[in-house]
Amino acid sequence: MLQIEGLTAGYGAVTVLREVNLIAEPGRVTCVMGRNGAGKTTLLRSIMGQTTRLSGGIFLNRTPLHNLPAHEVPGHGIGYVPQGRRLFGPLTVAENLQIGLMTRSKSAATLERVLTLFPRLRERLNQQAGTLSGGEQQMLALARALCLEPSVLLLDEPTEGLQPSMIQLIRDSVTSLKAEGVAIILVEQRVEAVLSIADTIAFMAQGQIVETLPAQGIGPEPFQRHIGI
Amino acid sequence: MKALGLHLGVLLTLALAGLLLPDYHQGMLTRVLVMAVFATGYNLAFGYTGLLSLGHALHFSAGMMAAGLAMRDGMAPEAALPLGALAGTVSAALTGILALRTKGVSFMIVTLMFAQAFYLTLLYFGAFTGGDEGFPLPGSARQMFGLDLTQPGPRFTVALLLFGIALLVQAALVRGRFGRSMVAIRENEERSRMLGYNPFTIKLTALTLSGLYAGVAGAAYGLLFGYVGAGFGTTQYSILPMLYVLLGGAGTTLGPLLGAGLMAWLIDAASSLTEASLAIIGAVLIALVVFAPKGILGTIRERGAKWLP
Repeated sequence: MLQIEGLTAGYGAVTVLREVNLIAEPGRVTCVMGRNGAGKTTLLRSIMGQTTRLSGGIFLNRTPLHNLPAHEVPGHGIGYVPQGRRLFGPLTVAENLQIGLMTRSKSAATLERVLTLFPRLRERLNQQAGTLSGGEQQMLALARALCLEPSVLLLDEPTEGLQPSMIQLIRDSVTSLKAEGVAIILVEQRVEAVLSIADTIAFMAQGQIVETLPAQGIGPEPFQRHIGI
Repeated sequence: MKALGLHLGVLLTLALAGLLLPDYHQGMLTRVLVMAVFATGYNLAFGYTGLLSLGHALHFSAGMMAAGLAMRDGMAPEAALPLGALAGTVSAALTGILALRTKGVSFMIVTLMFAQAFYLTLLYFGAFTGGDEGFPLPGSARQMFGLDLTQPGPRFTVALLLFGIALLVQAALVRGRFGRSMVAIRENEERSRMLGYNPFTIKLTALTLSGLYAGVAGAAYGLLFGYVGAGFGTTQYSILPMLYVLLGGAGTTLGPLLGAGLMAWLIDAASSLTEASLAIIGAVLIALVVFAPKGILGTIRERGAKWLP
């Protein structure tokens, strides 16, 4: 279980997150929603140790992560799929996946499992990552994060700019990971992309979690109130 | 397997060339092989990790000076060569710890400054180091494992052996875990960190290994050609490995050898044609950079031979 307790963080002297509390439980999807600039991406980056923490803490099964240098966080089983995919464009699909596998010394069995989840990547193993379609790149970014066999997965707008069939594929993958017991924090802007898979919805505004609601039975009113849709 | 076959094939061809070539060309090939060891090390830092150092003359001359001074004082070459390797390794590690706090242009300038400072130090202590004039190593000091290194044949054998080891170690290294992490850092440091890699440690290790290669090459150069001097610490010796790597193909295992060989041949051929040989060399280099920006082997790999190591 990942716990964020009273986290205040930002970039240098600029404070973005203020007293954020959030819990991601195994086998559950916590969706973080909010307007642009609410601090959603900064929240994920803070979990990954990429921001300046001013106070509060981040704990994985009660082990503090907030004092670790950024490169040590993934080794604890935190997978991160950032906005914009951030692949190694000139390297092949296979090389991108190998780099993911090496982080936690995972074997060919892990790779096989990931390729079973994304068979299209198997067909493109020797293709340069930068030449894949947007949907395939998103698959690769997700597959690379899964090569770590994460217990917590952070997804930053994974359906952004994708066609409906790809969105469905990403949604199916998230559902399957959820069933395997992975704790997922999903940042999304699109309500329809999250409602069927989320267990909890946390609304952010001005760097704070302003309301947390169970996804089941949620009506349109909280979305209108917090993100204007 | 294909890559290993290619590497062994190249080494076999070099061995045959060494047997068949006349003394002058064999001597030239020996020099190329030693410089290729230097460039192979530079390739680890620049070609695979993206560290554009302008200070590798420091590691080359540190290796040469350590081994040369030790041999002048009576140390056997069998011990002096590893001492040179150690000098190159330590100089790269120590300067790397500081230089790697910078990036890009700053890194280039800091490494250049370190090399210049070392060169000036060698000149300042000229009474001990021989300064610009340097000092010769007597033939009696250049006997290693029963080989007389004043003779072209044994000189070539040692150079080929060193290059063979340098090439095969590099090939194994870049195909393994560490090689992939170097490439990940070269492609994008931030993305690598996000995936759990420590860029500083990986870059420092690559730079230190590169210094080891430079130290071996510097020590071998002094030992094989019998001369040690501060002139090997000038900026020219920082530029040369970069040029070889760029020419042959950065991030390809055989690029440094190809670059070193091509440059040696080009200089030889151009200087037999005209006194303005540098103009011809410059024109050829410009043409290569324009038409093959990834170096010769890098371009061949890009245009189809994806398997090329």
